[in-house]
Amino acid sequence: MANIEQLIEQANKKALEIIQNGQPTLVDVSTAGEVVPGMTKKTIFHAGPPCKWENMSGPLKGAIMGALIYEGLAKDGEEAEKLAASGEIEFGSCHEHSSVGPMAGVTSYSMPVWVIQNKTYGNYAYCNMNEGLGKALRFGAYGPEVIERLKWMEKVLGPIMKEALKLHGPYDLKTMIAQMIQMGDEGHNRNKSGTCMFAREFAPYIVETSFSEKDKADVLRFMQGNDHFVLNLTMPAAKCTLDAAAGIKYSTIVYTMARNGTEFGIRVSGLGDRWFTAPANYIKGLFFPGFSEKDANRDIGDSCITETCGYGGFAMAAAPAIVLFVGGTPKDAVNYTTSMYEITTEENKMYTIPALNFRGTPTGIDIRKVIETGILPIINTGMAHKDPGVGQVGAGLVNPPMKCFEDALEAFVAELEKEGMV
Amino acid sequence: MKVNELFKQELKVINMGLRSFAADIKSQNVEVIHVDWRPVAGGNKKLASMLSKLKGK
Repeated sequence: MANIEQLIEQANKKALEIIQNGQPTLVDVSTAGEVVPGMTKKTIFHAGPPCKWENMSGPLKGAIMGALIYEGLAKDGEEAEKLAASGEIEFGSCHEHSSVGPMAGVTSYSMPVWVIQNKTYGNYAYCNMNEGLGKALRFGAYGPEVIERLKWMEKVLGPIMKEALKLHGPYDLKTMIAQMIQMGDEGHNRNKSGTCMFAREFAPYIVETSFSEKDKADVLRFMQGNDHFVLNLTMPAAKCTLDAAAGIKYSTIVYTMARNGTEFGIRVSGLGDRWFTAPANYIKGLFFPGFSEKDANRDIGDSCITETCGYGGFAMAAAPAIVLFVGGTPKDAVNYTTSMYEITTEENKMYTIPALNFRGTPTGIDIRKVIETGILPIINTGMAHKDPGVGQVGAGLVNPPMKCFEDALEAFVAELEKEGMV
Repeated sequence: MKVNELFKQELKVINMGLRSFAADIKSQNVEVIHVDWRPVAGGNKKLASMLSKLKGK
């Protein structure tokens, strides 16, 4: 009989095979109410591990209040706050409903969502659409301009992209992300080349849709003005790639990392759906003019699913220009990537870094390696204001708390002890 | 003797352990590479013991 180390290695090999073979593909545009499992008119899903209203951070509360106004369930912030606290609204983790969302990640019934299918394994992932930087719902802002833009996304952007995608046919996101990494993006905080490629790919089909000239031009201008437009595609691409590798007995590979603005949570393939959480860290980075560290909220968002899948912060060596946004030097960017090889299992076969002689990105975080080396995953991320209603204040770098990995290892060993395996 | 030849050559030093050893050698203008080494699990006995349980026997 194989010993426990061999069983773990076999399980991890299987998990990595699934991650390497994943084929995330954009197949449709729909609304959360139509496709996201468990979504109702009085449901709000959010980023990170599950969280009760009373424990939620300012930006998450702000985004939820905005979503309630957007859905017509409340007329203003005050009414929305009261409704959210009343127990009438059901909150849930996006991750537990095949979804992801950047920053607050708030997803409600009427929002348009990208529908991504992992063509190799058949599973789906969903993500709302990116609103751009600054005052946006995902950073906790909920002013009239935020709600108006969400309505436009629902009435114009979503339907146009649905029709354009139908004309175009399914769009291979794995190839898009691989190309982004060749072109100086890392797919988390730098999505410029990806957005350019996406706009180039879909512009002719957008023009061919049945919508008014103004609406079509507005959609193209929106893409032109939002360098993070494809972040909401790179994230669900990672989500459906990794979800296929969940639940492999004896695997120590991390398949989820996510934060809700209060806690950071991870899930490990061999430990099923269990979250291992600890208070989220504060981000070190660059602030927008007029803001400083005292304004920042704790780390928030599902976007570190990109790092979990081997890009984002793990591919920073491919995106040296990102340091202008998150801080540090290009040399630091290379060092971040190379240090991630210490805690991962394989080099990505598809995502390769030109500056490292086309070495594959570090892929498949192993909790054993994190504990053994003391090296934590590196995440580059946006920073939200700690108060509801303000928005983004900067961007920077952050690590998960070590406690998530320590607790996961402890639970893993406890499971094996229960089975008499160790 | 070979060992005498070795001492006639330029010293090539790799330091593992306390960083101050590397710093002392460097202060004497000798090139030294310091290995960024840490004990398993940062020396945390409980975690190191759990990791060892997952090793093959």
